[in-house]
Amino acid sequence: MVIGERKPFEEILKTLEGHKKILVLGCGGCVTVCLTGGDDAVRVLSSQLKMSRDKDGNPLEIIEKTVERQCDPEYVEEIHDIVPDVEAVLSLACGAGVQYVAERYAKTPAYPALDTTFVGGSVKEGYYVERCQTCGQCKLAYTGGICPIARCSKSLLNGPCGGSTGGKCEISPEVDCAWQLIIDRLRYLDQMDRYEELADIADWSKNRDGGPRKMIREDFQR
Amino acid sequence: MSGDVKTDSGLEKILRSGQFAVTGECGPPRGADPDVIREKCKLLKGKADAFNITDNQTSVVRMSSIASAVIMMQEGMEPVMQMVCRDRNRIAIQSDILGGAALGVKNMLCLSGDHQKFGDHPQAKNVFDLDSMQLIQTVRLMRDEGKFLSGEEIKKAPKLFVGAAENPFADPFEIRAPRLAKKVKAGAEFIQTQCIFNMKRFRQWMKDVVDRGLHEKVFILGGVTPFKSFGMARYMAKNVPGMDVPDELLARMKDTPKEKQAEEGIKIAVETIQELKEIKGIAGVHIMAIEWEEKVGEIAEKAGLLPRPSV
Repeated sequence: MVIGERKPFEEILKTLEGHKKILVLGCGGCVTVCLTGGDDAVRVLSSQLKMSRDKDGNPLEIIEKTVERQCDPEYVEEIHDIVPDVEAVLSLACGAGVQYVAERYAKTPAYPALDTTFVGGSVKEGYYVERCQTCGQCKLAYTGGICPIARCSKSLLNGPCGGSTGGKCEISPEVDCAWQLIIDRLRYLDQMDRYEELADIADWSKNRDGGPRKMIREDFQR
Repeated sequence: MSGDVKTDSGLEKILRSGQFAVTGECGPPRGADPDVIREKCKLLKGKADAFNITDNQTSVVRMSSIASAVIMMQEGMEPVMQMVCRDRNRIAIQSDILGGAALGVKNMLCLSGDHQKFGDHPQAKNVFDLDSMQLIQTVRLMRDEGKFLSGEEIKKAPKLFVGAAENPFADPFEIRAPRLAKKVKAGAEFIQTQCIFNMKRFRQWMKDVVDRGLHEKVFILGGVTPFKSFGMARYMAKNVPGMDVPDELLARMKDTPKEKQAEEGIKIAVETIQELKEIKGIAGVHIMAIEWEEKVGEIAEKAGLLPRPSV
């Protein structure tokens, strides 16, 4: 899933300066699962904003709503009747969701309440880790199912570098060395011979470097 | 491995002639003053066969390795231009290889590069379009086949003697010899190792290297760094990733009176070189006297490595 972390409260307050009435819009997708953008997060952020603005003698009126997914025009349509009544939308979706709202309602500013951080998964409730960088050229078949692009700090395809110590990355003792994990797993799978093969130079044109990407299912384009 | 010299590199000639080679290191300044390099060159000249010019080492901005290499050549010395993958994509890498070769650089060392987190610009975007192995492949492709990575032809191929680094002390230890094999397969012609303090572990690695016959395919120069003080030894042991300083060596520095510690550090470096000379598969030494260039000559002299052969 896409992980998003709430922006610092002061930064959110600053983007809302000058507005008197807004829609705080949650997203029922990934950010609900990672506890930062769903219904609960909408309620908490809204009351914090109201309290803070009340304290400053500059009250803020807030409409609260959460849609199924903000990255889908069908669901973004659900706020159609609310948008004319507000001056801005504060979206708790990932960067994709914020843009869907902005594109659909051209005359109403859409502000992000989250910093979209990474594609990953949960270790346990409230603890999420990065696993994928959406490079567009999955290499997991060659690396024991562990991604060197997302998990090696240098994205080395022929790692580890000389800084791997005791299973940890040179950047921090808190970070696992992805290549230690890869080698441990290759050994376990009896695929150590794969380590000695030189990895092909990556084609980053399939990554964001090639420009914005699309995925089209032709059989659905009628 | 001996015989067919492929470039005009003096270092290559010495190694291929079977003579024990010595390389040193020169860190560029954090400013635009060429005289800093010239001063260091005066201290280093004649004390080794070639000298690495570091490329923004520890991710701290310094004068570029290409420019510094040119200044060194003006002083009549042979540089080894280091290049890291952290700061350049394949377009800039190939461009700088052509530029370096055009300016007369004959040796290049291919590195991944320290993570920018350690440097003075931790907010920087890193590149790592290629990794160090792929950088080796790139420069060999350019030199030997006269082609860019795109497959297009190069009008005049850059003739560089190609080296890489290897850290025998990093983890996981079991892949350290296989990793060298990969660098050799990628096209590395000489290897400079990380600073050797743990001789026992180094010997184990060299045994694995020799068992695989890698010493017959690549020239291995053992890395040697003198301790200036007990403080520096302790810092290297505790704070430098991938550095292996055994407790007994730390104790030896600690037990030496402060005013004699520098002398003791040099003594340890000389002993290390003497041990390295006896290890099968070692073709030379790489002396890294970090911001202590004036001692390279003394170490080389005491280790019986001077005068250097003329090529």
